[in-house]
Amino acid sequence: MTTLTTDQARTAVVESIARIAPDVADEIESLDPSVDLWEELELDSMDHVNVMTALTERTGVDIPERRYAELRSIGSLVDHLVGSTG
Amino acid sequence: MPEAATAVTAEPATWDFRLPSLGADMDVGVLLEWSVEPGDTVERGSIVALVSTEKADIDVEIWREGEVVELLVDLDTEIEVGTPILRLVPSGDAPTPEPDTGSEPGQATEPGPKPVPAEAPTTGPPPAPAVPRPTPTRLPGPPGGDRLPASPLARARAAERDIELSSIVGTGPDGAVLLRDVEAARPAPSPSRRAKGARERPEEAMRRAIASRMAKANAEIPHYFLDQDVDLGPALDRLAAHNENLSVSERVLPAVLLLRATARAAVAVPDLNGYWDDDRFEPAGGSDLAVAVSLRRGGLVTPVITGVADRSIDDLMAVLREMVTAARSGTLRSSWMGQAGLTVTNLGDRGVDRVGGVIFPPQVALVGFGRIRQRPWVIDDVVVPRPIVTASLAADHRASDGATGSRFLTALAKDLENPELP
Repeated sequence: MTTLTTDQARTAVVESIARIAPDVADEIESLDPSVDLWEELELDSMDHVNVMTALTERTGVDIPERRYAELRSIGSLVDHLVGSTG
Repeated sequence: MPEAATAVTAEPATWDFRLPSLGADMDVGVLLEWSVEPGDTVERGSIVALVSTEKADIDVEIWREGEVVELLVDLDTEIEVGTPILRLVPSGDAPTPEPDTGSEPGQATEPGPKPVPAEAPTTGPPPAPAVPRPTPTRLPGPPGGDRLPASPLARARAAERDIELSSIVGTGPDGAVLLRDVEAARPAPSPSRRAKGARERPEEAMRRAIASRMAKANAEIPHYFLDQDVDLGPALDRLAAHNENLSVSERVLPAVLLLRATARAAVAVPDLNGYWDDDRFEPAGGSDLAVAVSLRRGGLVTPVITGVADRSIDDLMAVLREMVTAARSGTLRSSWMGQAGLTVTNLGDRGVDRVGGVIFPPQVALVGFGRIRQRPWVIDDVVVPRPIVTASLAADHRASDGATGSRFLTALAKDLENPELP
């Protein structure tokens, strides 16, 4: 697994969410990295699964289900991706 | 030489594919795109066209294989459900029944004698796009002779509105046209009529469709509401263990357990799964469920998953995921747009604890789930935090009483408290 930089991880997260929820794509870039994406963008559990799947496919990083609850912001997702590949 | 033989030799028998059901109350669509052209070979499940309705764009799937010989409808034309849209020279045998559904073709979608005598009407059930029908035939005036099966009220109303009975897709027993079908039908548009502006403001069109349906529900249906709190602890533990071995994309959401428990309750207590029509309840049978999917731009669609009670949770998850994703991208498949006798809405993701739903007529019940949340729960005289969900039932008091609703919710809760996985 290649190491992801923070910028690469951030791009992966933003683009994955934009793909799952194209109608809110414009808002994602300007979001505070610490806000709860699911509340802010009104994503539901099915969107959540789809974002996790997209991220895993793209980066090769596994995201255990028990960690889903913590990984709800751009910042935490980026940290997880970078931490798992670093 | 006998005429019949000449005809067969001169020209292969053709078969007209009719526009299948586009979902509850969606009786017309606008043809946006052909996905095939004459000379193409299609298989069962091939997408042949894209049709737009007030609620979504729908990929129309054909259910017989063969070679396309003619497209019968122009682009941008408004077409009614049941209209022949494509002519096919079928290959192979008559189509096999769809294993996933108990549905059979409504007669109204397959009127008239078949061109090939060997093709018995009962051999060609289309997959889910056919309007599923209740099994019992409790309708007065059984179909016979050339008469299209229809309830007396439906006949009278059709005459009143100047609508050809044969143009209406029946949802009653044996495809009989019922009053609700006539109410839902629109007078046939003239063939040359173009659906100008049909693509404008889809949100508004959907809002209107929902508004008229819900206003009717609230005006006509005497709702009663019941709810029950269910401890999902054991179910979620088993689900977590199940998911532990699965890749991210295969993991099953709790919503799947809620759906399946609802379907099993509908099998155990069938009196809430069906349609209210002509002052009587017509059971739908089986365990097809309409699933309310909210769209981010507003509005909702209710695609149908067939035979939910008999599916594994992995299978259900895959179908649900595909459906929700498709709905939100604005395109659904026609095989998902049949009718179901019961709708489930899961608003837990939106953070609310309890749903007090409005029934989608002509259905007689709606099952709702709120958020799964840690709540104090008493087990063996000790208060402990448990993941609790409130399952609620909105039911039509014309069709059932509180005792029946109560039995339904109890069956549902029992299944959720101790589910078998997968």
